[in-house]
Amino acid sequence: MRPGMQPAARFRSTHTSSNKKNPMFAFIVRRIAQAVMVMLVISVIGFAIKTAVGDPVRDLVGVAVSAEERARLSEELGLNDPLPVQWVRFLGGALQGDLGQSFFFKRPAMEVILRKAPATLELVLAASVIIVLVSIPVGIYAAVRPRAALSRLLMGGSVVGVSIPVFLTAIMLIYVFAIHLGWLPSYGRGETVRLTSWWETGLLTKDGLLHLVLPAISLSSVMLPLFIRLIRAEMKEVLEAEYMKYARAKGLRPWRILLVHGFKNTLLPVITVGGVQLGTMIAFTVLTETVFQWQGMGFIFLEAVERADTSLLVAYLVFVGFMFVVVNTAVDIIYGLVNPMVRITGRK
Amino acid sequence: MALLARLRESYLLHSFLRDPVAVGSFIVVVLLVTAGFLAPVLAPMNPYDPAQIDVMDSELAPAWIDQDSSFLLGTDSQGRDILSTILYGTRVSVLIGLGAVALQAALGIGIGLISGYAGGRVDAVLMRVADVQLSFSTYMVAIFLGAIFQATFGVGRYEQIAVPFLIAVIGLAEWPQYARTVRASVLAEKKKEYVEAARVIGLPSGRIMWRHILPNTMTPVMVISTVQVANAIMSEAALSFIGLGMPVTKPSLGSLIKSGFEYIFSGAWWITLFPGVVLVLLILTINLLGDWMRDFLNPKLYKS
Repeated sequence: MRPGMQPAARFRSTHTSSNKKNPMFAFIVRRIAQAVMVMLVISVIGFAIKTAVGDPVRDLVGVAVSAEERARLSEELGLNDPLPVQWVRFLGGALQGDLGQSFFFKRPAMEVILRKAPATLELVLAASVIIVLVSIPVGIYAAVRPRAALSRLLMGGSVVGVSIPVFLTAIMLIYVFAIHLGWLPSYGRGETVRLTSWWETGLLTKDGLLHLVLPAISLSSVMLPLFIRLIRAEMKEVLEAEYMKYARAKGLRPWRILLVHGFKNTLLPVITVGGVQLGTMIAFTVLTETVFQWQGMGFIFLEAVERADTSLLVAYLVFVGFMFVVVNTAVDIIYGLVNPMVRITGRK
Repeated sequence: MALLARLRESYLLHSFLRDPVAVGSFIVVVLLVTAGFLAPVLAPMNPYDPAQIDVMDSELAPAWIDQDSSFLLGTDSQGRDILSTILYGTRVSVLIGLGAVALQAALGIGIGLISGYAGGRVDAVLMRVADVQLSFSTYMVAIFLGAIFQATFGVGRYEQIAVPFLIAVIGLAEWPQYARTVRASVLAEKKKEYVEAARVIGLPSGRIMWRHILPNTMTPVMVISTVQVANAIMSEAALSFIGLGMPVTKPSLGSLIKSGFEYIFSGAWWITLFPGVVLVLLILTINLLGDWMRDFLNPKLYKS
């Protein structure tokens, strides 16, 4: 419900169709319904993988069990029920975080993923910090001085940057800084501190932070060119605006004009794109974690593929899918709140 | 011949020749692609033929570093000549890139055209699907598809069907890009008078869609196609690098980098570096060509 709404309108909207009276509310409901639909589709895909590829009996007892014993177990586990019944059971389990047993780890698959999630999220966090710290000043500079040699160099560099695959950046960084110069460690998370039962952080030790440097730089290199270009383009547009001229005419200090009057107004598109790209970064962690042997979700996922550990594979799919859906839905709703056009036409 | 004459006088050629970056990129792309497809002729050896490989030659440095080495760019761990593996690998990468883009384009153009022309509920459903799929990042979709396929078929069988499979994975992962672009231009074209005229004279909608509207949506399709080839090559390299793409026995540039990475700690940098350089060069020049084409075909954008 919008705060500034007339009392009468609010009253009416409660018993007539809220669609017409309160578009924002309808938009949020529609968006959440879509998110639920997507999660259901993901659950169907996950269930299909489990049924077609996986073998829950093997996940439980391994391969060295007689045929009669397996038949009894699969009857007990309900594997002979009709598929829709099994799917509903899968869904019920998934809602409680139960996605079956990991064949390799002999533990609930969701638990394995959740234990590895902090490593991946710390990496994403560190990369995001680098992106914010680098892309904002560079983007603003390139917008303010488009013809300066340095901005041309930076923009040219960003085209090259887009064309270098993240794993190649990572390998080059390892070769230069770990093998050749020997300044930084090349693989693993280093020393970690246990914060809670499932969260081991590398952010609190010097060794952990050193191990974080190269993976974080590699991961941020994927997104940096995009953000630099985006901030530059938005900033250039803002610089033309009348209120910027007015701010200059008032004699405000230049940095204040740029940051408070200029940059603040580029934030909306930047945050929207940023939210969506956060999901994409999760995808790129699979590559980064492989190169650096970073013990996160992506690394475990690839191991699960090699070992045909279907429960773990499905748990990763559901967990990452859930994260994508939550982030995208939140970004869309926030964007819808700020920009009324979106509510009518859908995204973009 | 008439077509050639038209091309010679066209503004396209004129503006292309005036842009040194575009000409340079074009030359590099053509060179790389031809070299790749002529690999069986150009390559000093056939890296897939066990009879031509000598394990004694393994991990030799490039010719200019190691005087004893007769291999221009060195050899890998199995004694294969890097130059030859790169040539063959480029062929695989380009083939998958082009194939994947063809599939994306076929799917995306078809769906975008139907979605834009039919409108209403069909449009809403198709575009929702495209939106949702795009929100998942094409890499993630490709990685999942790859993982599922590999788990289903098993590694052994998978190696035989790797090329068509990768084309399918990358094609399925990226079609929404095309669908959205085509739909947007169909919506703009649909309102124009020539479409009205075609409808008034009673042409069936299928014909209007394919023969009248489709040709007029080709400009944006051309622009994204160039960039999409670069993206597809990059996706393929990424999939191969994490072991979900081309097997090491029939390597693309990505799997060459993967197999080289294991030896980088022992100082054999050339196994990784040279395929990497070729990959970056290929993607970069295709991207630069795409940028040029976007600027050329979109007169609203002027280079600052």
